[in-house]
Amino acid sequence: MEDGYTPEMRASIARVEATRPARMSETYPMLGPEAKEALLRAFHPDYIPEGMRELRVGPNKGQRTPHELADMLEGRSYLRADTLDLSRIDIDTDVLVIGGGGAGSAAALLAREYGVKVLVATKLRHGDANTMMAQGGIQAADKPTDSPAIHYLDVIGGGHFTNDPDLVEALVHDAPLVIAWLESLGCMFDKEPDGTLVTRHGGGTSRKRMHSARDYSGAEIMRTLRDEVRSRSGEITVLEFAPAIELLMDDRGQVAGAVLKNLETDEHLVVRAKATIIATGGSGRLHYQGFPTTNHYGATGDGLVMAYRVGAKLAFIDTMQYHPTGAAFPEQIVGLLVTEKVRGLGAQVANIAGDQFVFPRETRDVEAAAIIKECVERGNGIRTPSGMTGVWLDSPMIDLIHGPGTVQRELPAMVRQFKRFGIDIARDPMLVYPTLHYQNGGIAIDPECRTAIAGLFVAGEASGGVHGRNRLMGNSLLDVTVFGRRAGISAAQYALEASVGTLTLRHLEEWEKQLKEATLDSTVCTPMILPDYTRHSR
Amino acid sequence: MAKQNELIPIYIMGKRYLVPSNLTIMKAMEYAGYKLTRGVGCRGGFCGACATVYRLRHDYRLKIGLACQTVVEPDMYLAQIPYFPGNRADYRLDELEPTFATIVRLYPEVLRCLACGTCTKSCPQELRVKDYMANAMKGDIAGVADKSFDCIMCGLCTARCPAEEVQYDIAILCRRLYGKYLAPQAMHLAERVSDIQAGKFDTELQEIKGLSDAELRARYNQRDIEPE
Repeated sequence: MEDGYTPEMRASIARVEATRPARMSETYPMLGPEAKEALLRAFHPDYIPEGMRELRVGPNKGQRTPHELADMLEGRSYLRADTLDLSRIDIDTDVLVIGGGGAGSAAALLAREYGVKVLVATKLRHGDANTMMAQGGIQAADKPTDSPAIHYLDVIGGGHFTNDPDLVEALVHDAPLVIAWLESLGCMFDKEPDGTLVTRHGGGTSRKRMHSARDYSGAEIMRTLRDEVRSRSGEITVLEFAPAIELLMDDRGQVAGAVLKNLETDEHLVVRAKATIIATGGSGRLHYQGFPTTNHYGATGDGLVMAYRVGAKLAFIDTMQYHPTGAAFPEQIVGLLVTEKVRGLGAQVANIAGDQFVFPRETRDVEAAAIIKECVERGNGIRTPSGMTGVWLDSPMIDLIHGPGTVQRELPAMVRQFKRFGIDIARDPMLVYPTLHYQNGGIAIDPECRTAIAGLFVAGEASGGVHGRNRLMGNSLLDVTVFGRRAGISAAQYALEASVGTLTLRHLEEWEKQLKEATLDSTVCTPMILPDYTRHSR
Repeated sequence: MAKQNELIPIYIMGKRYLVPSNLTIMKAMEYAGYKLTRGVGCRGGFCGACATVYRLRHDYRLKIGLACQTVVEPDMYLAQIPYFPGNRADYRLDELEPTFATIVRLYPEVLRCLACGTCTKSCPQELRVKDYMANAMKGDIAGVADKSFDCIMCGLCTARCPAEEVQYDIAILCRRLYGKYLAPQAMHLAERVSDIQAGKFDTELQEIKGLSDAELRARYNQRDIEPE
């Protein structure tokens, strides 16, 4: 196979190889609290003032958020209050779950345990979600040297002490319970021959508590949950290619279902529900500040837009996660995730001269800022033919540390991804640069996944608060399963007691009024549903 | 090989378009003007939504690939298989036993496998599908689980199978049977779960939750890190 790297890159790789023997025994020092803060302020995209603006309307009016999200939140509905006949109900259910990823699937399964009718409506196929793409792992304090309190400290320190303590408590308390639940559903976590779960470090962890399933950790969890939902096809209905485009309310001010759009026929479907769970995930496809993203095609933040219009408050919408190691080369996979497990296995980050410039397992925001600084300020990045810069992630160290064959065994997805373009990551390092990865904030919830609006529950990446201003690796798969389960339980319990009044879209009239008062005459209809990457020449 | 960014002809469902030579099939379709709904998911090689069949001019053989991971070639004739109506058996995992009999009862067609190897040739993940089907026919559930682990359930094996097997559904059944019944159980996990349920960690959690911001920061900055 021909060499995937350019001659210029080869020259730099030779330097990486030359420094490797010395680096193997060298630990780059971690940054202290003040140095971290200064680095973030100078180089993290969250701190670029031109990237954000104040919202001019809605529950978070006056708060800052990236322009791309503000455009969505300040948009208009596709629907008008009086153009859709709400007396004709297409589907009646107890619990409506919007989103068929990890959180939505977990919610559907737990809600069903209460005997209620469950409908899952999802934009693309069931399981087309960021959960499917998560590679590195899921955290849980289940080893004797670890405890939920130590996990708590790592989470809240990683989030710069801004996290909602009640949500963090729920996250770390339930973590071992969800690992056991997933194991009972047949998830194949990596284990020692005696059954001991293999656990490793991730950025910002003080204990090795990262559980994995090779580097298909999210895929393994997602396909298992999906298969379990499919095993209950008589009890849980899944509607694919049917995204929600607006929440419905009733005349008592409760959320009471949603309007779905059949993506193939453009028909609207009115779903009446006693309880509604938003599990729509993140918004990487809004490409904040022009960044490429690791996210799946449907990650456009729809749930945030719909919840905002019924008056739900958002939290931490001024902070996004840029994963430090997105692929910077080859061109075809720019922005795709290179799992943090690579650094968890001991690979270091090196510049054009083959030198380390950052501890490889700082929290993601710090690690990303350090890489940006090395490329932008110090000019020590490696330039690609398309004009990007990146730094080396020295994956060949892994086999040197853990023995030959480790890369192939532990990172099959990464090996495959790069092999398609002529790069053997067991032999050569990967070129990486930060990529848009995660929406740190979202709709504000309590530990039972309730919002301030009756009948509306939220779980997973669409919610905000548990991770504060920065999420640690392995806490997102944990978030979707812990809070997916909690949302399912809360929504089912609520549905068993609740009754729905007359359906209405009057909140859209109210929204139009607010837009008018703010003199916003946006012509953009939101949520986005899908990004448009087409090129029309004329 | 075509030069970088040179425009080359490809045929999407028989229709000719000129697209830059360095694009993936998925980005080439978007370049050509398709706004994709079906046949696109994670765009990163994990979800199996973009299974694609193609042929090159002057070559009778059909090739396969994921549209998000395969670079276009000149005179590529392509079509996507965004959905395939494969059979999935009805079961509840907790009512099953991890045996050969279970596989045959749920998927009797497993025994119709001709071992022709078309599935292996059709796998964009380069899995040895035929080999794990052989494991399935012998009731070697652990073997199926291990060899099929990287399956993304795109359905290309099934679409081309002359014996009408649904390999990926047999594979996930075996992986789940393995994970639940055959893999060694994590005893430390079971112990931790019962301790949590007994409230053993509640005091510790409340104590740390009750710390002032300054105390919490101090404790975080001084925490000991488990060595590699």
